[in-house]
Amino acid sequence: MICVKNKNEIQLQKKKRIYLDYAATAPVRKEVVKEMLPYFSDKFGNPSSLHSFGLEAKAAVSNARKTIANVINAEEDEIIFTSGGTESDNLAIKGVAYANKDKGNHIITSKIEHHAVLNTMKELEKEGFKVTYIPVDKYGQVNPKDVENAITDDTILISIMHANNEIGTIQPISQIGKIAKKNDVIFHTDAVQSFCHLPIDVDKFNVDLLSVSSHKIGGPKGVGALYVRKGIPIKPLFNGGPHEFNKRAGTENVPGIVGFGKAAEIASKEMKKESVRLTRLRDRLINSIISSIPGVRLNGHPKNRLPNNVNFSFIGVEGEAMLLMLDSLGIAASTGSACSSHDLSPSHVLLALDPDPVKAHGSLRFTLGHETTEEEINYVIKMLPGVVEKIRKITPRIEGVTTI
Amino acid sequence: MAKKKTNVKIKNSNKKKSSSISNNVTNSSLYTEKVMEHFMNPHNMGEIQNADAVGEAGNPVCGDVMFLYLKVKNNRIEDIKFKTLGCAAAIATSSMVTDIAKGKTLDEALKITNKQVAEELGGLPGVKMHCSVLAQQALKNAIENYRKKHKN
Repeated sequence: MICVKNKNEIQLQKKKRIYLDYAATAPVRKEVVKEMLPYFSDKFGNPSSLHSFGLEAKAAVSNARKTIANVINAEEDEIIFTSGGTESDNLAIKGVAYANKDKGNHIITSKIEHHAVLNTMKELEKEGFKVTYIPVDKYGQVNPKDVENAITDDTILISIMHANNEIGTIQPISQIGKIAKKNDVIFHTDAVQSFCHLPIDVDKFNVDLLSVSSHKIGGPKGVGALYVRKGIPIKPLFNGGPHEFNKRAGTENVPGIVGFGKAAEIASKEMKKESVRLTRLRDRLINSIISSIPGVRLNGHPKNRLPNNVNFSFIGVEGEAMLLMLDSLGIAASTGSACSSHDLSPSHVLLALDPDPVKAHGSLRFTLGHETTEEEINYVIKMLPGVVEKIRKITPRIEGVTTI
Repeated sequence: MAKKKTNVKIKNSNKKKSSSISNNVTNSSLYTEKVMEHFMNPHNMGEIQNADAVGEAGNPVCGDVMFLYLKVKNNRIEDIKFKTLGCAAAIATSSMVTDIAKGKTLDEALKITNKQVAEELGGLPGVKMHCSVLAQQALKNAIENYRKKHKN
């Protein structure tokens, strides 16, 4: 039970800092920072230069490229470095749309994509493209049959994310890829949340484009990559030099790319072990919340979800209030409530699972990662029931809304 | 000389007002200390059994609902309690409005503005100002409901 009696107590508890928002970003690994440093001072060359400074920078970029390609079973020259997941999504979707608009103007995606995908789709709709947004079931899963049924002669692209950032649900990418291939439609997947958490093989997935991001796996922010299968034409987002196989102009962010490569190397090596460890912690947290707090609902599929994702709706509690109280206890999490968003609208993902916005307002997301310990999860398990109880005491009784 | 001094004083206090309403938050905190105080340890939180009037504002669909309960004696708010479902700002503004309204006459309480509530809290982020509006509305509704019931 939380009884923060005085300011000193608040300060004491503040010293403990538990970060459980890995879906938002992750701490940069120490080895990554170490690997990046030389590229700021000694090896600062432009990879396009022909002298030794340039060549050593070029080698570093090439090395990172190779590492990332290996993780997903791609060729080196199929990896394009970008400024992050958002740019990769934009490059994939707009790149394919503009390069293929003479073949058709219809795109299929899902209702629960990240805003980087959804807002890009909205832009394309303004330009005359037609987009079908496939709904999801109560677990947030896309039915491959729905994708197949949506395909028309005008369909040029399917974009379905591998795993969802809010609820963790994993999509049947291989099945969707098979359908896309059978119908000769280009297939993109946003793998920002799944890269180095789940095994990815671009051939097994039958995927043509795949977005990944550095900062989610303990690399620096501001760098990501897009896998583009050889032979898939894409129009670059902007023009300049011939960098990244003429697909993404601009002097490479060498330290960032080096950091990304190192993070991918470490994270992919640890992936098997980490996914077992995190799944265990995740399920402990999920089961404890279900058994110790009444009036809760797990959002997303109970088993077919990211190893590190926990997302619950709590009856009679608002998300931001929970977040702040947890923050005062040193626990950092996230919510899908309207009050916490910049435009005061609730999470579109939660609304896709259940159109009742009330459940979206009372949602809480914990995402675990490489620095999460068992002690930290124990602490959350200990403190969360008190937080929920305290806030519920303030809630008015509204039959069917706040009553359990 | 004295006149000048007074003028300067007024100018300064006006400046204080506008900056405290708009955004008095530091880079590392979403809310002022006062808001956090009222959120973590709300004042007058609860229900009044057999309340003389109840006022409601907001709705669960939007994410904020406030209920204010009044006990009125001789046209004065003898006791006031609140229950709120909402974010920290919603809870803090409901708590603060009960502090401001307690002991006031119904007419005095009707004059309480949302700006006042926000000010007393040391300011609210722009996107949370609507919470102070809800608090003021809940109070207004409570008083109106009371007056409807007691038309004489």
